[in-house]
Amino acid sequence: MEIVVLVKQVPDTESLIEIEGDGVSIKKQDIKWVMNPYDEIAVEEALQIRDAQGGAVTVVSMGPQKAVETIRTALAMGADKGIHINDPAAEGSDALATAKILAAAVKEISCDLIIAGHRAVDEDNYQVAAGVAEFLDIPQISMVIKAEVLDGKIKCHRTIEGGTVVVEAALPALFTTQRGLNEPRYASLPGIMKAKKKPVEVKTVADLGVDSAVVGAANRKVKIKALNFPPERQAVKIIEGESAVAKAAELVRVLHEESKII
Amino acid sequence: MAQGVFVITEQRDGVFRKLSFEAVSEGRRIADGMGADLTAVVVGSGIEGMAGELEKYGPDKILTADDPALAEYTTDAYTNVIAGLIQSVDPAVILIGASVQGKDQSARLAARLDAGLAMDCTAIKLDNGRLICTRPMFGGKIFADVEIEGSLQIIAIRPNVMDIVETAKDCVVEKASVNVGEVKTAVVEKSLDTGDKIELTEADIIVSGGRGTAGDFGAIEQLAAAFGGAVGASRSAVDEGWRPHSDQVGQTGKVVSPVLYVACGISGAIQHLAGMSTSKFIVAINKDPEAPIFSKADLGIVGNLAEVVPAMAEEVKKIRG
Repeated sequence: MEIVVLVKQVPDTESLIEIEGDGVSIKKQDIKWVMNPYDEIAVEEALQIRDAQGGAVTVVSMGPQKAVETIRTALAMGADKGIHINDPAAEGSDALATAKILAAAVKEISCDLIIAGHRAVDEDNYQVAAGVAEFLDIPQISMVIKAEVLDGKIKCHRTIEGGTVVVEAALPALFTTQRGLNEPRYASLPGIMKAKKKPVEVKTVADLGVDSAVVGAANRKVKIKALNFPPERQAVKIIEGESAVAKAAELVRVLHEESKII
Repeated sequence: MAQGVFVITEQRDGVFRKLSFEAVSEGRRIADGMGADLTAVVVGSGIEGMAGELEKYGPDKILTADDPALAEYTTDAYTNVIAGLIQSVDPAVILIGASVQGKDQSARLAARLDAGLAMDCTAIKLDNGRLICTRPMFGGKIFADVEIEGSLQIIAIRPNVMDIVETAKDCVVEKASVNVGEVKTAVVEKSLDTGDKIELTEADIIVSGGRGTAGDFGAIEQLAAAFGGAVGASRSAVDEGWRPHSDQVGQTGKVVSPVLYVACGISGAIQHLAGMSTSKFIVAINKDPEAPIFSKADLGIVGNLAEVVPAMAEEVKKIRG
């Protein structure tokens, strides 16, 4: 089973995000960069499937030089090799262009299964994996909490609002991960040492045969006009009272009579 | 030339998602602003009779795409059918609800149609005939105003944010020709939560518990029941195994926008705040007066939630009967 995992380096979810002076990008210097949490789940699932069925796990990531750290993390967890699409021309690509580039990279590998996070917690686009599946003309199953690889097909439990559905698809296929699928392992020290020797191939957009006129910040279809912080809320009103019961009663009264929320 | 607004509605087992009404209402508002027509499509099996329910939200035309192969949502069958309809209607704007299905659907469609997609938008503004969409990024720590270039724009709207508005319009209902095409996926099983559990992303009121509950969600459930709302949880409560993953509110869980969000024993880690800060009204109950959650709250009680929350439930019951 040849498995490709799509990973992205993103700001840690505990990071404070600040807006750059240009008003359309974020300040990148003081951020702690990590592997997208849903991608960690994807790497873990790929490793478990490989260990059960044999084969290899290739990690594909697009990003600046720094993004190689995330590929190394995946290799330290146990993935076999990495492909790093590192090209200034691709920087600032929107989800559609990113999907085109990743699909072109995956096309060069003969694989049975692609696993990705259901979204990256930076731009929250929920789009790249579906785009990759479309450009490869393979089925997609999103937000998976249980996956079973059967003979020539995959059976996935996916979460929907208020329930789950079980979907089968013929391989090759792509699925995206949701929390609950597994608990990603931590990279062990020997794993980290081994990862240093594992191959990471660096590619450019041109290497992949993708038209540079459709990628990069200048060719975004979804143009960012402005970034803003969420509107400030008014200062909290703390409800005082003699006892917990009195405070609770006053709070509910304010909700009902003053704020008219209930 | 591409023109008009096209809304993709969502139904499950013959019942429209509330989000569909939000999308059609918003579609009407945008179509009016652009001086264009609004077409809504209903996709499924045995759904022809449902079109009437959409009429009051003001579409000029409703298309029904009815085929046994569309009984359950699969990305490929739905994309094949909807992409076909879009090619014949040739709209300038597509609106869809950013539900689980809508996110999956819109992302695949955007790639199929090579169109820009603004996902999970909380507002759409018409500015001299151009649409500016506001969408949260970084789990709501940042709001981006985006504009989609090209002859087709796809906008997915966040559930529970946009208003449902009724508009009287003459409406034509038409049966669309359906071409399901090649389908490589099949739904083999579906299990829905039994009982009347309210889905977090659609709930008007959410009562959430965190580490401060020490694992006892009894009072939280009581208060949620008194409100007729849903129960949510912080990441630490889920990590402790006190609640299922599907209850998690936050940047790595669900992003919710209820009318009222009650955070009980949740300190307010930045990743939790990201998931609930678009709530219209926020109440925080925490024993630590310095807890960051109070900086996002409208009303707060500093106190022990084991005492405050059950007392609140009793008071709410008095009001709600």
